[in-house]
Amino acid sequence: MPYLLKRVINSVILLLITVSFVFFACRMIGDPALNMLGPGANDIALENLRRAAGLNDPLWLQWVRYMGGLLQGDFGVSYRYGFSVIPEADLKDIGVPVVDLVAERLPATFLLAGVAMAIAVPLGLGMGVIAAAYPRHLADRLVTVLSLAGVSIVQFWLGLMLIVLFAVQLGWLPTGGYGEPAHVILPALTLAARPIGRIAQVVRSAMLDELAKPYVVTARAKGVAEWRVILLHALRNAAIPIITMIGDELSALLTGAILVEKIFAWPGIGLLIIDSLSRSDLPIIQVSIAVVATLVIIVNLLVDFAYRIIDPQIQLGQKA
Amino acid sequence: MNKPLVNVEGLRVEFPSKRGAIAGVQDVSFTIEPGEIICIVGESGSGKSVSAYTLMQLTKFSGGWVADGQLTLESGNGNEIDLRAADEAQMRTIRGNEIGMIFQEPMTALNPSYTIGWQLAESLQQHRDMSREEAAGRSVELLKQVRIPEPERRLKQYPHELSGGMRQRIVIAMALACEPRLLIADEPTTALDVTVQAEILALIRKLRDETGAAVLLITHDMAVVAQMADQVVVMQNGRVAEDGSVEQVLTDPQHPYTQALLAVVPKLGDMAGKTLPEPMETVATTDCRIDKPLQPGSRVLLDVRHLTKRFPIRGGWLGRTVANAHAVEDVTFRILENETLSLVGESGSGKSVTGLCILRLERPDSGEITFDGQDLLALSDEDMRLARRDMQMIFQDPYGSLNPHMSLLEQVIEPLRNFRLEAGSALEDRAAELFDRVHLPRAFLRRHPSELSGGQRQRVAIARALAPKPKLIIADEAVSALDVSIQAEVLNLMMELQAEMGISYLFIGHDMAVVERVSHRVAVMYLGRIVETATREQIFANPQHEYTKTLLAAVPTLDLAHRAQKWELATKPPPSPIHPVGYEPDPVHFEKVTEGHFVLRSGLSPADEGKDGP
Repeated sequence: MPYLLKRVINSVILLLITVSFVFFACRMIGDPALNMLGPGANDIALENLRRAAGLNDPLWLQWVRYMGGLLQGDFGVSYRYGFSVIPEADLKDIGVPVVDLVAERLPATFLLAGVAMAIAVPLGLGMGVIAAAYPRHLADRLVTVLSLAGVSIVQFWLGLMLIVLFAVQLGWLPTGGYGEPAHVILPALTLAARPIGRIAQVVRSAMLDELAKPYVVTARAKGVAEWRVILLHALRNAAIPIITMIGDELSALLTGAILVEKIFAWPGIGLLIIDSLSRSDLPIIQVSIAVVATLVIIVNLLVDFAYRIIDPQIQLGQKA
Repeated sequence: MNKPLVNVEGLRVEFPSKRGAIAGVQDVSFTIEPGEIICIVGESGSGKSVSAYTLMQLTKFSGGWVADGQLTLESGNGNEIDLRAADEAQMRTIRGNEIGMIFQEPMTALNPSYTIGWQLAESLQQHRDMSREEAAGRSVELLKQVRIPEPERRLKQYPHELSGGMRQRIVIAMALACEPRLLIADEPTTALDVTVQAEILALIRKLRDETGAAVLLITHDMAVVAQMADQVVVMQNGRVAEDGSVEQVLTDPQHPYTQALLAVVPKLGDMAGKTLPEPMETVATTDCRIDKPLQPGSRVLLDVRHLTKRFPIRGGWLGRTVANAHAVEDVTFRILENETLSLVGESGSGKSVTGLCILRLERPDSGEITFDGQDLLALSDEDMRLARRDMQMIFQDPYGSLNPHMSLLEQVIEPLRNFRLEAGSALEDRAAELFDRVHLPRAFLRRHPSELSGGQRQRVAIARALAPKPKLIIADEAVSALDVSIQAEVLNLMMELQAEMGISYLFIGHDMAVVERVSHRVAVMYLGRIVETATREQIFANPQHEYTKTLLAAVPTLDLAHRAQKWELATKPPPSPIHPVGYEPDPVHFEKVTEGHFVLRSGLSPADEGKDGP
């Protein structure tokens, strides 16, 4: 499929640009060695770190070495976890590979995002469809208020309230942590609030647009049952903006769950990025951001392919 | 005596509004006998659609309800079904089963996400409990019945792969699927080209004869009524103005509204023997003030030579050009001062693109355009912008061509500001003058487009075009979207302004009767080429090109004697203007018929004529 290939090549180029951008950005926020070891560090320790991490070389050489490593599947080692004061030692020999650190976190991120979306998509779809099917009725107003609340509620407040209610007061669920199925429920609920609201809003407005179109009258005039009109005729045509929104929200969950991970002590990739930023652990930052960028690009690719399956008029990559 | 198929009595349908319920229709009564064609005719807002939609309880989906009256359908075994009292479950057995419906917009009446086969099978499975295979078999039969070539292949196609006329046939096939006893057709040909309209009307008539279904045809076009109806109901402002047999209503109209409606319909041949355009009779109070004949000048204002515009069609891996759509091909014409040239043709003939090229809103590929002595294609962008002061445009859709968020004053003075023609309080004075000119009250200047009717909006569009005192106005289907009475007023206004201000018009249109009214000269376009050009008189009295003849023959007329007119039912897909890269069409060769009358004798290669559509 030439289109698929084209999109994949584009994505790889996009990824390389992102990775390079992050690489240079990380080196423009000050001396990495000093940032990491702190203002009180002595010169020998700083020099050791710089030499070990290759920070003394010219920037372009560091970049070439870094990109070369990436292409061979070598993502570098963490400064922090692998740092040694042995002056002659090479960081590579003793450091913890960044890949392992990031890979360790990915399952937790996937689990949280997946459960949150599994809650948000059916709820948001259902709320939106009901609101559109009964415009201006009580159900519609209720959905409007709820979805607005979902979108505008402050995440850490919601998280804390859920903890207070379900963990502290009722004692049904743990306050935080990772490992048991029960651990995922509260953070996933916290994360799901916003996508539920946004999906419901988009579904409602897209469905209202579609239900006003002439083909809906055609379907009704054929004697088609109303549930078929709504679910088969209108929802299918409303699917494009809905899927776009779901893709956006999924991307946001993969990248932006930092706050929730912090509140619930959830060992996801967001927490890793924050910790590494505060320690200026450049290799981890670089790789984490590259991984997140890859995930977002993959989600976008999937959304594009979904368009093509849903809408026969979209000939992706070609002008119709 | 047999009972009527449908009986509507004292119908009143109400809709909610801010000021409480308002009646969409009131006191409407009519009956439909089995197998007859009844036309409900009226202008927009007359309630003609509401009356028909209520028969299927479809008005309730737009918020309406039946407030009073009776609606009954004869159930086939002598019993009557009360359509007002029927619940949703019973209605579903009637919709698509007892009553089928055809809609105005074949482009949007089909669901774009499902195949033709799926959509045809849906009602068969619903009402006839057919299996998928049975439904597919019946669908093929239906497509054959509406004369669609290659029916098996169509079942797998999506709506966007078919032309407008083809889609309308599909909609008709869907309506016929369960052999309904009543077919409701809501403006089934309004959105179609005139030759396709003739085919579809002939098809509906033929299907009535074959299946014996009664037809309720909703239309605004008196000529369609004349061609189709057995019985006529004329509606105005939600009430029945007049009803009766077609002979009665057309030859001896009793109600003043019917008389007025018949008077404003431009009739082909009305202008025979007259050399200059003339205003029409109207229902309106603003009578037309043209005190001198519309005599064209002698100086050439616009000279278009060998204009060619091709749109590349991209495809493949790198988006290279794989073919060209030949939109405008070697088009040459002139417009004199104070003259109206009509460019007529059907959708896709290239007439609008020609207009856009003259304004350089599309860049032509080759050719010369000389306007008022200036070579337009040689001008810099800034000089071109200034040149546009003398050439303004009026568009088809008065809803879309005005900015809904700007007051009318702002929109009318915008060109004056752009060209720095006036400033300060003079701007407002000029706008007021312009509104006087187009017969709009000055108080309207503060209004927004949504507060105006379609005809009023088109007047605003004309006022805006007039603002910089142009020499040429390109009117692209400027009256096509308007009701026929409004259309007459706007046409008269345009002619009045021509007499007063000496404007030239490039009038782009498809309605031959309107064209006959307004033009000095006519150029007929087909597949991007001008196939015939002559004075108005010559072309209507003595059409030479096959296509011109077809176009004229397809226009429905009010003449009841011509009803029997046979129209060819076989569909010939329109030839395609898409050619491979590097294709050069034959050079044009025009034959001179008489002085000023030319007809294309080559240039459309024989292969073009019968080629399949894309």
